[in-house]
Amino acid sequence: MISWPNLVSQLFNGLALGALLALISSGLTIIYGTLGVLNLAHGAMFMIGGYAGFVTYQYTESFILAVIAGSLFVMLLGVVMERVIIRHFYHRPHEDQLLVTFGLGICFVELVRLIFSSQSQLVPPPALFQGITNLGFMFYPTYRLAVVGIVAVALGALFIILYRTRLGMIVRAGIEDSVMVDSLGINVYRVFMIVFGIGAMAAGFAGIVNAPVVSLTPGIGDDILVQTFVVVVIGGVGSFPGAILGGLIAGEIISVTSMFNPGYAYVMLFAAMTLVLVVRPHGLLGVPGRE
Amino acid sequence: MLKQRPFLIETLTAVGLIVAPFVLPHLGFAPNTVNRILVWGLFGLGFDILFGFTGLLSFGQSAFYGTGGFVAAYLLTRAGFSNVLGALVIGMIAAAATGYLIGLIALRRTGIYFAMITVAIAEVFFFVEFNPLSDFTGGENGLPGVPAPSFNLGFTTIHFTDGWSLYQFIALCYFIGIIIALRIVRSPVGAILSAIRDNPLRASAVGHNIHGYKLTAFVIAAAYAGFAGGLLGVLQAFMPPDAFTFDTSGQLVMQTAIGGRGTLFGPLVGATVWLFLQDFLQSALGLGAAWKLVLGVVFVLLVCFLRGGIIGGLVDLYGLVFGKHKRTEAEPDAEVTQPPAPAPMQARKVEHPAYSGPILKATGLTKRYGGLVANSDIDFSVNQGELRGIIGPNGAGKSTFFKMLTCEVPPTSGQIVFGGRDITGLKVTEVCQLGLTKSYQVNQLFTGLTVRQNLTIAALAELRGKFRLDLFRTLSGVKGLTEQVEHTLALVNLTRRADTPVSELAYGEKRRLEIGLALATSPRLLLLDEPLAGMSPRERVETVKLLKSIARGRTMIIIDHDMDSLFELVERVTVLQEGRVLVSGTPEEIKTNAAVQEAYLGGVHGEIAA
Repeated sequence: MISWPNLVSQLFNGLALGALLALISSGLTIIYGTLGVLNLAHGAMFMIGGYAGFVTYQYTESFILAVIAGSLFVMLLGVVMERVIIRHFYHRPHEDQLLVTFGLGICFVELVRLIFSSQSQLVPPPALFQGITNLGFMFYPTYRLAVVGIVAVALGALFIILYRTRLGMIVRAGIEDSVMVDSLGINVYRVFMIVFGIGAMAAGFAGIVNAPVVSLTPGIGDDILVQTFVVVVIGGVGSFPGAILGGLIAGEIISVTSMFNPGYAYVMLFAAMTLVLVVRPHGLLGVPGRE
Repeated sequence: MLKQRPFLIETLTAVGLIVAPFVLPHLGFAPNTVNRILVWGLFGLGFDILFGFTGLLSFGQSAFYGTGGFVAAYLLTRAGFSNVLGALVIGMIAAAATGYLIGLIALRRTGIYFAMITVAIAEVFFFVEFNPLSDFTGGENGLPGVPAPSFNLGFTTIHFTDGWSLYQFIALCYFIGIIIALRIVRSPVGAILSAIRDNPLRASAVGHNIHGYKLTAFVIAAAYAGFAGGLLGVLQAFMPPDAFTFDTSGQLVMQTAIGGRGTLFGPLVGATVWLFLQDFLQSALGLGAAWKLVLGVVFVLLVCFLRGGIIGGLVDLYGLVFGKHKRTEAEPDAEVTQPPAPAPMQARKVEHPAYSGPILKATGLTKRYGGLVANSDIDFSVNQGELRGIIGPNGAGKSTFFKMLTCEVPPTSGQIVFGGRDITGLKVTEVCQLGLTKSYQVNQLFTGLTVRQNLTIAALAELRGKFRLDLFRTLSGVKGLTEQVEHTLALVNLTRRADTPVSELAYGEKRRLEIGLALATSPRLLLLDEPLAGMSPRERVETVKLLKSIARGRTMIIIDHDMDSLFELVERVTVLQEGRVLVSGTPEEIKTNAAVQEAYLGGVHGEIAA
């Protein structure tokens, strides 16, 4: 049953899933790193990105527009959420931040369920990427290959924002020490708002890009959130490279294990996480002291 | 609020549980709903000890709920086990054992890491139930046919079938559960759990093995979850696989927060609200699936505006209405009770009675942070009973030096010998247990607790050792605790403020309590990091007096910038500069030492220093 093409195709699947996880996790991790808030509604952001894109697609039949609208809508949602609620929680204990974002996540999921019902919705892949591609030794769905490319571009963009712009410099400085950034005369709250927006957008973007691969349901973000956590624990909280490495590792673990028995995918994922926690408690690329 | 008349809460709970079947039907509660509320409430008792009391927010309790439930259900339906109560207990033990193993992993980290890891763990359990173990758990079908309990009393057999009859059994379980939970919360362990929630750093610095206590709380929560999971199967005559879902954990968290965390009854109240609203919104208002959205919004609003949940809100309201304004004012500064007369607290017994060398000896102590050398090659020794001062300009490495001595940070190289024993590389908790502790430069108090509770936490560490599972002992049952706390209160002159919350203390009082926390562990060697920092001149005079009285029969090392006060107190002074020992000597020698003057005044000696 474990044939060579089968393994390769699972490795590709793992790459696609891993790339998506990497993108979503980088959003989660830069928000946590900068603001110190773990956004439990991050999975819901992923889901809303998908639905916002779905609605856009319904009206315009353009996948590009769907991606743009989905990402922007989630970014806006993130900005509003930060301004209206999260901002009041910076000085409250971690537990309260977890509780409130958890509650918001439920509200989002239930709201979407109310509007779109629990039925699954489908966004077809763009015409350019439909069908399957002959890789010479096997056939593989074109869009999944495209996902890897699209997400790689998005990660590249995120990298440029974080490492090559003034804003990125401030964000990275904020991850190190947000109090210091504040005392340097930079309006750290505005930076927080932008970071929350960008982080949410990363999830939203992933949500709409993923929509043609897995059909949309209101609960789609829940599993993703759990996987994202594992990615962040493996990669190290607050580390952008860690999120990418962790994402790829997690994606491959899930895919390859699923080839043998999908039921063990999470067990293996968890085993990997435990191993990292035992060997390198701060994650593969994390640094001590960020909790 | 849990500290009232003895057995008041227990009695009220019993009365409530007895009256419920007569009252609740009139309010529209079906017996089955009430039973479910009780199961959630029991599940939540353990969770509240973990979350409300210890401050560990786990999103993975479903793992233990499901484990306990399925073990019990499997025994009763597939393994031919007929004793329901026995099966429930075995399920509980299985859940507790699982909790212990999971706790070992999850508690490697704190804060959000802990929350994330628990989520991941719970998800694993869900998948394991569905796939690898589906032969035992029935997979997505669950385990039907869980029998109701019956007890053969010899002359008659009591059957608890369903509805209000089963209620009696579940209510009894809940009652026992609450009694045990109350005992735990009121025990020394309970006090330490609150201290961990409040300030884990200080809790370990006064000598408690906080990892052990956190693991204890985790196992307790798992045990409650396991028993409740078993009851769920009994209640429904069917063990549903969705006990393992993330929704179960989430619902528990939400119910606890809605009802009020840290109250034990919060989860029960939360479950009542939850299930009532669920019925009410779904059927009465015809909202259908939207009920969960409404609950979500209610929950978010509660978290935003009513941190203590419903019970917390009621307590606040009660306080407002009946205005308990018996706050004691900060004691007037002028009132200087005669220097605390009580004999100095017994410094604890010496480990090696034969040992007679210096009580503390550090050799070649060096600490590097990357390229920065904070301390380099410090040789330092203090004799039994000595009073030593350490001075040095800002950045001389004084605090780093102290942190190495108390083993808060490991030295890069060098050795520390305390009372003849090499303590290099030990943990701060162990060092404190050996009788070496310090008071912090920046207050590290348990701000959510009262003065007395603060000192109790510290004294418990000395009286009980770093870890002990006396879950069912009362605080008053700890021998010597009251005396030690009262004594420390008197020493630091806070007796009149004993029951004031720390957050209401004046700054000078907080500083004294900071010293008191270190003192209450009865150290043989006490390090004080800038005890006079930020005090008014008057407070300084008082504190110096306090330090003098403490010093009798004790060895102390004091860092401070107030040289006049320090020189008056200590017998010898060590001057640090740029991470090295510049010079050591009597206060007179230091005052006239040219190198010291240069260190402080930067090489212009002769002009200004003269």
